[in-house]
Amino acid sequence: MTSALFGRGLSALSIATVCAIAAAFALVFFYAPLDADQGFIQKIFYVHVPMAIVALGGFMAAGVMAILHLRRRDRSWDMRSYVAIHLSIILGVGVLVTGAIWAKASWGHWWVWDEPTLVSFLIVFLLYCTYQPLRFSIEDPERQARYASVFAIVAGAFVPLNFIAVRLAEAYTHPRVLSQTGGNLPGEMRLTFLVALGAMTLLFVTLWKLELTSKHAAEQLRKLRVRLELGADERPAQSGSGYRAPAAAARSASS
Amino acid sequence: MTRTALAILRKDLRIELRTRESVPAMALFAVTVFVLFHFGLDRDSLDGALAAGILWVTVLLAAVLAVNRLFVVEREQGGFDGLLLAPIDRTAVYVAKATALLLYLLMLELVAVPAFALLLLGVDLLPALPELVAIMLVADVGLAAVGALVAALAVETRARDLIVPLLLLPLLVPVIIAGAAATEPLLTGLQTADGLGRWLAFLGLYDMVFVLLSVGIFDFLLDD
Repeated sequence: MTSALFGRGLSALSIATVCAIAAAFALVFFYAPLDADQGFIQKIFYVHVPMAIVALGGFMAAGVMAILHLRRRDRSWDMRSYVAIHLSIILGVGVLVTGAIWAKASWGHWWVWDEPTLVSFLIVFLLYCTYQPLRFSIEDPERQARYASVFAIVAGAFVPLNFIAVRLAEAYTHPRVLSQTGGNLPGEMRLTFLVALGAMTLLFVTLWKLELTSKHAAEQLRKLRVRLELGADERPAQSGSGYRAPAAAARSASS
Repeated sequence: MTRTALAILRKDLRIELRTRESVPAMALFAVTVFVLFHFGLDRDSLDGALAAGILWVTVLLAAVLAVNRLFVVEREQGGFDGLLLAPIDRTAVYVAKATALLLYLLMLELVAVPAFALLLLGVDLLPALPELVAIMLVADVGLAAVGALVAALAVETRARDLIVPLLLLPLLVPVIIAGAAATEPLLTGLQTADGLGRWLAFLGLYDMVFVLLSVGIFDFLLDD
């Protein structure tokens, strides 16, 4: 990993996120009107839909980061891609749970197969659940990064294709009257939705940076510790060079 | 590149002809799954959506077997080292493997579709055969493109047998959606190929995306 400073701007970003989330909740509860048919439960829309959009955006962004990793051969991009997928999977669980609650409240069933967005999301979620098993069953770290990136690119391309397929299958039997986030939302609802979407995006970016910072710090710490342990034995002979050289020297000395 | 790909393909087909490992296993598996569905559903004859779904699910599950085996010879007998040492385009390896998988799938369907018609199908398949062949050909290209890529991704992992189905089956959901939806009207006995063109177009798009993507990306899987 290169010396990218993932922590830069993290505190300002965190404050912005807290403000945006507070603003979004305030708008959801005090500003947005109650839905005429669904009543209060419709408010879950302001959590569920932004979460789904941000999770899908995270999956696609991870694909782009994976392309950058393969092109530039810079491992830090693989780390970015990995953290983006990891967070999107966590958001995905939230999407499926809030989706099920909303479906139960407004249609009476925990799961409905004729809601193409929800079904497509489940398929995408199942695919990405294999990312971690695939990644961690490859031992060589360099190959692990490469294979994980190939997966991220293929799966990123799969997301839109899958949505087309499910949409086509549904359009066949159930003509779709209005789209989920379409233009027929009243003004107050749309403003609230956009603020909620912005807040969710900020939350994702903050968590992403936070995890990258922590992973980067852990990695640096591990390297320092290795250097410290080796340096304690070998310092007089091998001062100034990296930790690899003393390690090789130690190995040749013991054999 | 074509010559290299042909040479690798010829080698794979020769190994398959001599060991008879993949295709007979796939065919046997498909017939067994039909028997399972007969007892599981307790139905003697099927038609319509149920028949189309069972046919496609069986083909997809049988494909998993071939994908699991696709790179095993290379991995276990050191063939990868030979391929990597040879001054050849890596893409040729992918093209050869995908073509081999495509041929295995076609041979599987040559057995599985008549067996399905004989054992489970309640309607006459013959009038709808040209449409079915067209759907299967287009779907098999996508299956082979994705299958060869997944096989290469999974072959270096510790848990290859687990990773392949978990990775392959979600990626093939669009194929089963389009394949089953396009096949369904053919198996109802009414000869109206409703919406066939649209599903074929979608399968064509799927094939194109994954063939181009795999060709572009495969280099990185054999890059050491």
